[in-house]
Amino acid sequence: MTNQTEIATQARKEWMGLLARAPDDALMTLWDGIQDRPSFEWLRSPEVGGVMVRGRTGATGAPFNLGEMTVTRCSVVLQDGTVGHGYVQGRSKPKAEVAALIDAMMQTPAADDLQARLLDPLQQQMQAAKATRAAKAAATKVEFFTLVRGED
Amino acid sequence: MYVAVKGGEKAIENAHTWLAEERRGATDVAELSLAQIREQLSLAVNRVMAEGSLFDPNLAALAIKQARGDLIEAIFLVRAYRTTLPRFGYSNPVETSEMACDRRISATFKDAPGGQVLGPTFDYTHRLLDFKLAADGEAPKAPEGTARQEPTPHITEFLKGEDIIQDEPASDDTPGDLTREPMEFPSNRPLRLQSLTRGDEGFVLGMAYSTQRGYARNHAFVGELRIGKVAVEMEIPELGFAIDIGEVELTECETVNQFTGSKTEPPQFTRGYGLVFGQSERKSIAMALVDRALRWEELGEDNLGAPAQDEEFVLSHADNIQATGFLEHIKLPHYVDFQSELELVRKLRREAEERITPKEAAE
Repeated sequence: MTNQTEIATQARKEWMGLLARAPDDALMTLWDGIQDRPSFEWLRSPEVGGVMVRGRTGATGAPFNLGEMTVTRCSVVLQDGTVGHGYVQGRSKPKAEVAALIDAMMQTPAADDLQARLLDPLQQQMQAAKATRAAKAAATKVEFFTLVRGED
Repeated sequence: MYVAVKGGEKAIENAHTWLAEERRGATDVAELSLAQIREQLSLAVNRVMAEGSLFDPNLAALAIKQARGDLIEAIFLVRAYRTTLPRFGYSNPVETSEMACDRRISATFKDAPGGQVLGPTFDYTHRLLDFKLAADGEAPKAPEGTARQEPTPHITEFLKGEDIIQDEPASDDTPGDLTREPMEFPSNRPLRLQSLTRGDEGFVLGMAYSTQRGYARNHAFVGELRIGKVAVEMEIPELGFAIDIGEVELTECETVNQFTGSKTEPPQFTRGYGLVFGQSERKSIAMALVDRALRWEELGEDNLGAPAQDEEFVLSHADNIQATGFLEHIKLPHYVDFQSELELVRKLRREAEERITPKEAAE
């Protein structure tokens, strides 16, 4: 892999992961604000399925099967032949469709605009929610202090 | 006399309609929404996801509503739904060291890097009924502190440096999957952990408690307990690389147990492991204790004949859906079975009477 494709792959991993984890409402609201939507055809229409999530014994050892999670996936092709894949958590077919369309559009000249108007705000919302939880957790961190011992 | 019969369709239909009416309860009381169940009964939702073996809070909330709050019935519904889903694949093992921790405590190391983070815990509450909740649902706003930026390391990692705790060497072995292949004995640790994590919380708790009370005691300390979200990553064949496909909330418990040692091995702490969907603290501690008890053979311990050491006993009885299915089927019509038993008992009684009667006649 050349350096350039590595960078491209890394960027794609990031937006696909963001879309997979995104809360349905947040993604759909931002998508409603995108006017220029390309026409497309289905390569694979949306399908709900399960993925077996694995853990490791003792956190670092041999893999074991923990249980499944629901995932919805689909694939689209734009008129210029660009292929987009959507893999999202949960059972929302509209969300999978939007994720696949965004994945395709991010490989076209529409990318910068979409990044600024949809992916960046989505990332910020999700980051803010995560930061709030982390801050609440931090407020419950125990600060130990040593009591003066009686015999001294 | 008993005869085989068909029928009951009308009675069954009416029973189902009445069930639906009873499920709704009094109609002058507002109906529960799935979002209310998901947000306000989240620990019930977590239990249904863990034992239903499917992480989907909305589905678990629906199952709880449909089951009228009977969690085992809800787990049954989720398990049944799960079997209809095509399996897209298996994730890469989750990295719990990267967890965004809501809670992280250690009973063994006060000053563990990352600190003791209590999180939204019932611990230290006085278990007094709060009648204010009956009056209104007002919630205070939780205070915020300065969040840690870097991931919280596992506590066992610090002990590993000294070689004082047993290592868990990584492998890429493909684990068995009890949703695909029926369980066979002897089993192995990955299969045992899969079985325990979806096992009945009450059963696993009882088994764990038995080890604490002396049936294969293994002197466990909670080395670390952490609750939070981790990303789930999967290789996508059409892409040729792995992406995050979502994130799940997990509870992880690592116990540090009494050391063993032998002529060749220096004394070393051993470990038990629990990992469960959702915020499921009691279950994950119990899982770790039972995991540790079941490792007796691998760790060169004696078989004390304790129930928690017997993997066939533990794993065959941990699943509440199998258990309830077999238990509850005895209330369904067994008219024909019962009639043959009835005839057998009558025949035995007749024969016994005949044996007695001639004797009496002879006297």
